[in-house]
Amino acid sequence: MSGALQVMGDGFVIAKRNLIKVKRVPDLLVASTLSPIMFVLLFAYVFGGSIDVPGVNYREFLIAGIFAQTMIFGATITGMSLAEDLQKGVIDRFRSLPMSQAGVLIGRTSADVMFNLLVITVMSVTGLIVGWRIRTSFLEALAGFVLLVLFAYAISWVMAVVGLLVRVPEVFNNAVFIMIFPLTFIANTFVPSDNLPTVLRAFAEWNPVSAVTQAARELFGNTNPLQPVPEAWPLQNPVLYTLLWVVVTLAVFVPLSVAQYRRAAAR
Amino acid sequence: MKTYGKVRALDGLDLAVPRGSVLAVLGPNGAGKTTSVRVLTTLLRPDSGRAEVAGIDVLRHPERVRERIGLSGQYAAVDEHLTGFENLDMVGRLYHLGRRVARERARELLGVLDLEDAADRPVRTYSGGMRRRLDLAAALVARPQVLFLDEPTTGLDPRSRVGMWQVLSGLVAEGTTVLLTTQYLEEADRLAHSIVVIDHGKVIAQGTSDELKAKVGGDVVEVVVADHDQVPYTVSALDGLGQGTPVVEEHTRKVSMALSGTRPAAEVLVEALRRLDGEAVRMLDIAVRRPTLDDVFLTLTGHVSEPDQEPDTVAAGGRKGRGR
Ligand SMILES: Nc1ncnc2c1ncn2[C@@H]1O[C@H](COP(=O)(O)OP(=O)(O)O)[C@@H](O)[C@H]1O
Ligand SMILES: [Mg+2]
Repeated sequence: MSGALQVMGDGFVIAKRNLIKVKRVPDLLVASTLSPIMFVLLFAYVFGGSIDVPGVNYREFLIAGIFAQTMIFGATITGMSLAEDLQKGVIDRFRSLPMSQAGVLIGRTSADVMFNLLVITVMSVTGLIVGWRIRTSFLEALAGFVLLVLFAYAISWVMAVVGLLVRVPEVFNNAVFIMIFPLTFIANTFVPSDNLPTVLRAFAEWNPVSAVTQAARELFGNTNPLQPVPEAWPLQNPVLYTLLWVVVTLAVFVPLSVAQYRRAAAR
Repeated sequence: MKTYGKVRALDGLDLAVPRGSVLAVLGPNGAGKTTSVRVLTTLLRPDSGRAEVAGIDVLRHPERVRERIGLSGQYAAVDEHLTGFENLDMVGRLYHLGRRVARERARELLGVLDLEDAADRPVRTYSGGMRRRLDLAAALVARPQVLFLDEPTTGLDPRSRVGMWQVLSGLVAEGTTVLLTTQYLEEADRLAHSIVVIDHGKVIAQGTSDELKAKVGGDVVEVVVADHDQVPYTVSALDGLGQGTPVVEEHTRKVSMALSGTRPAAEVLVEALRRLDGEAVRMLDIAVRRPTLDDVFLTLTGHVSEPDQEPDTVAAGGRKGRGR
C-alpha cells in the first residue's frame, strides 16, 4: 500500500474505533454539552441583563462566543484520550503493529472533529431555543461553522502535544484548564473587548479565540453593521486572521505531536 | 544495554530463540523482562547493542519486524469500549489483512480462545482472564512468525491460568516461535523448550528445564514435625535420600531435602515415610514440593530474589542466603 493511502486507511480505522466510544459512552456528549448549556442559560438569563452590547441583542451576541469556547473544550478530548491510551497500553499495541503511526494521530483528531460537529449541532439547537438567529445566507452560515470546526481541529493538535507530554489524564485536565481559562475569557466571547483594561484588551484583540468569535458573528449576521469593530487588525480581518492562525498552528503542532508521540510511546 | 537513570534495566543481556521453539525468560519483578520484550518488539530503543527478530535488524528495520511479530504485553492492551470482535477486527485492519479477512480471522480467534459468547459485548464487561485471552488473540491475528508474551498469566486466578496454559500449549504444538516471560518456574517448565533466568538485566543461567533442575535440584521433600526434639531424627531419616544434606528451618520445625531426580519423587516419598515412621517421628505435614523461582535463585545466586529498592537485611559481607 502506498504511503499516503496507508495513512488515510489506518487513520480511518482508528477514527472508527474512537467514534465507537462516543456511541457507547453517551455521557461523553452529555458532559461536553452540559456545561456550555449552563453557560448559555447563565449568561442569557442572569448576567445578560446587565451586559450591554450596543446595537445587538445580547443573546445573539453570546452564542458565537459559546460556540468558540465549546469547540475548544471539545478539542481537549484529543489530548485526554491520547493520555488515556498511553496509560492503558493501547498505544503500545498500535506501535507494535505495522501501521502508520501518524494514522493514530490523524484518526484521533478526525474523530474529534466528528464529535465537535455533534456538539455544535446540540449547541446550535440550544441557541435557537434561547433566541439566537442566523441572519445571513446559507453559505455564509456554513462558512461560519466550517471556520469554527477548523479552529477546533487546530486546537486538537495542540492538545495532542500536551496530552502526550503530560501522559496522565488527570494532570492533563489541570494543565489544560490553566491554558484554556484565559484564552476563552480574556476575549470577546462574553463581553465586547472594548471595555477591558488596556493590557487585557491587547491580549483579547490578538487572541485567536476573539477572531474566530468575531468571524462567526459576522458570518451568522449577529453583528450590527453600524457599530464600529475594534481597530485591531485581527478583529478587522477576523476570517483571514483565523485561517492564518489555523495554518500556522497546524504547521507547528502536527510535526510536533508526531515527534512527541514517538518520544512518549518509546519510554 | 538500557539504563533508566541509574538503573541498568538491561546489562549485557544476550538471548537467542531457535525458529519454532519456545524460550521462557524467567526472572523476578524488575529483572528486565518487560524491557527486553519492549526492545525486541520495537517499542524501545536500547542505549547500545543489537537485536534481530526473524532475521531482521530491529533497530534498522522496525517496520519490517512489526509485520512479523505479535505482542501480548504485561497488561492487556485492549480497548474497553469496543467489543471483543471489534478489537480483533481493528487489529486485523491495521495489519492490512483486508476487511473480509480481518473479520473472518477475528471470529476464528474468538472461537479458539473461547470468547465466542462474549464476542459482541464491550470489553469493559470482561473478566481479567478474558481480557488476557483477547489480548493474546490480538497478538495472533496476523499469524505472526514470532510471538512475544510478557507474563501472560500474572494476575490470573488459578483456573484462568490453566486455561491460558492450554491455549499456549496448543500454539507451541503448532510450531510458533515464542518468547515468553514469566515469574513462575512451573509455567516455564510447562511451556518452554529452553529457559533463560535473568536478574538485574543479566542472564544468570540458561538451559532446558531439565538442565536447570539438575542444577537447582528437582523436587523437594518437606517435613514439618510436631516437636523440636524430633528435628535431629528427621534429619538422619532423610539423609541420603536426595542431594546433599537436609536443610533445617528451626522456627517452623521444617526439614527439607532436595531430591536428585534419579528416582521418581513418589518412590522417595514412600521410603521417607517408612524411615520416619521407623524413627517414630510425629509429623504434622509432609509434602513433595516443586522447586520455585525462589529455589532457583537461592541456588543460582545464593540469595532470594528481591525487589531492587528493598533494604538488604543481611549483615555486611555481601548478600548471602536468607532463610525462606
Ligand atoms: N520507564 C521506566 N523508567 C524508569 N525505570 C524503569 C522504567 N521501566 C523499567 N524501569 C526499571 O528497569 C528495571 C527493569 O524493569 P522491567 O523490565 O519492567 O522488569 P520486569 O518486567 O522483569 O519486572 C526495573 O528496575 C525498573 O524499575
Ligand atoms: Mg514486566
